Amino acid sequence: MIQLENVTKTYPKASRPSLDQVSCGIEKGEFVFFIGPSGSGKSTIIKLLLHEVTPNQGKVVVNGRDVTSMRSWKIPHFRRSIGCVFQDFRLLPNRTAYENVAFALEVIGKTKAVARRVVPEVLELVGLGGKEHRYPHELSGGEQQRVAVARAFVNRPLILLADEPTGNLDPDTSIEIMRLLDRINRTGTTVVMVTHDSNIVNQMRRRVVEIESGRIVRDQARGVYG
Amino acid sequence: MQRLKYVLSEVMVGLWRNVTMTIAMIITMAVSLAMLGASGLMYMQVDSMKDFYYKNIEVAIFLDAEVTDAQRSELETQLKGDPLVREVIYESKQQAYEKFKTMYADAPDLVNAVKEGQLPESFRVRLKDPEQFKQIFDKYENTEGIETIVDQRRLLDKIFNILGSVQNMALAAASVMAIAALLLVGNTIQVAAYSKRREVAVMKLVGASNWFIQAPFVLEAVVAGLIGSIIAFAGLAAFKGFLLDGSLRDLTDLLTRLSWGDVLLMFPLMAGVGGLVSAITAWVTLRFYLRV
Repeated sequence: MIQLENVTKTYPKASRPSLDQVSCGIEKGEFVFFIGPSGSGKSTIIKLLLHEVTPNQGKVVVNGRDVTSMRSWKIPHFRRSIGCVFQDFRLLPNRTAYENVAFALEVIGKTKAVARRVVPEVLELVGLGGKEHRYPHELSGGEQQRVAVARAFVNRPLILLADEPTGNLDPDTSIEIMRLLDRINRTGTTVVMVTHDSNIVNQMRRRVVEIESGRIVRDQARGVYG
Repeated sequence: MQRLKYVLSEVMVGLWRNVTMTIAMIITMAVSLAMLGASGLMYMQVDSMKDFYYKNIEVAIFLDAEVTDAQRSELETQLKGDPLVREVIYESKQQAYEKFKTMYADAPDLVNAVKEGQLPESFRVRLKDPEQFKQIFDKYENTEGIETIVDQRRLLDKIFNILGSVQNMALAAASVMAIAALLLVGNTIQVAAYSKRREVAVMKLVGASNWFIQAPFVLEAVVAGLIGSIIAFAGLAAFKGFLLDGSLRDLTDLLTRLSWGDVLLMFPLMAGVGGLVSAITAWVTLRFYLRV
């Protein structure tokens, strides 16, 4: 599903590479944590998978497609097969929960009718039934992240990327979000999550890839934060 | 259909959100386009004037006061047989005086000061190709009985030079205004892109196509450009209607008349340039501010 082959990424003006000769394979339906201290290069992986940045060396293959050599006009279509959630939720403040999710559908050409059918369903799935018409500022942090998850998942992507999704949430709420991601993973969606939340990693007991200074130092099938 | 509706509503919202900037953009665009249209009109005007006047242009060969009959008739046969010449008309002193009288009928003092017989007789020569004056001049310059040879074209050229430099000034003003307009378009698009940065970020994230992300911004600039061209056209039409056909009537009668058709013809030019230039500017600006 996802293949990194000897990927090196050095940002302009950086003294050392963020990722240094990283190779890693992720199967369909897996749930993988990328862990490591700040600045270790784990977020760069998400950016590479989204083709927000391109590697200096090596190959990134997602869904059987070589992202590195992808033409720029194909990127938008490619991204529709990937859902993404972030630490800062990235919701539109002037739109309700429903509108935020529907917006993601409408801008890729889905009709309002489709949105009316699909959006309430996915909001129900993330546990926001009855709160569709609240604005982000009327929702708690956990609820906002649920909206973000709903938006990422509404298109039924093959892959869900999560960049520190619990970074702004308290431990209990974090656990709830993790349960949600776990449920999404059980539908067959590959989940890649970048985090430094040891609590969560230890509870979930999923595959853990640890990165330090741009290199993979550990890759464990049912790992803990360690 | 629905996406089109979305794009169009975004355009209206965009123009309204930043309304002072939009107005500034439209005004500079309108002034610049009006200048462009004016110089276009001037160009067509000069062209049609050249057509009109050059067709009737003559070389005047004024004869000496003491020219003999033999010299005159020899010159006439020579001119009539000249391959460069299309037509020769003889104008006697009498005829010259009559023409002078009608030409300056409203200046009786001048007419009275000149006596019949004082004006020289002349041959009015039409050339097959008005450009060949120099050859005629060289050929007959030293012929006995000729006082001077005058090319009327030279006189007209002076007028056309003046019109030409007015046209150039209008073009220069148009391009300076165009630079201002372009900068304003670029700035407006930047502000628009900034105020919609969250939406744009989400659109990129979920994989909205590039044209869909950019279209509202580009169209915003195009709509402003088109409104600018409509205002510029209204300005040109007002100029034609109130000034050229109104208070400046006497002046314009001297030149060839500017037709409404010509003025109308400037609209597609201005709209095309206004729309296209705005679109390109907006698109280029977005290349820098909405990196994928």
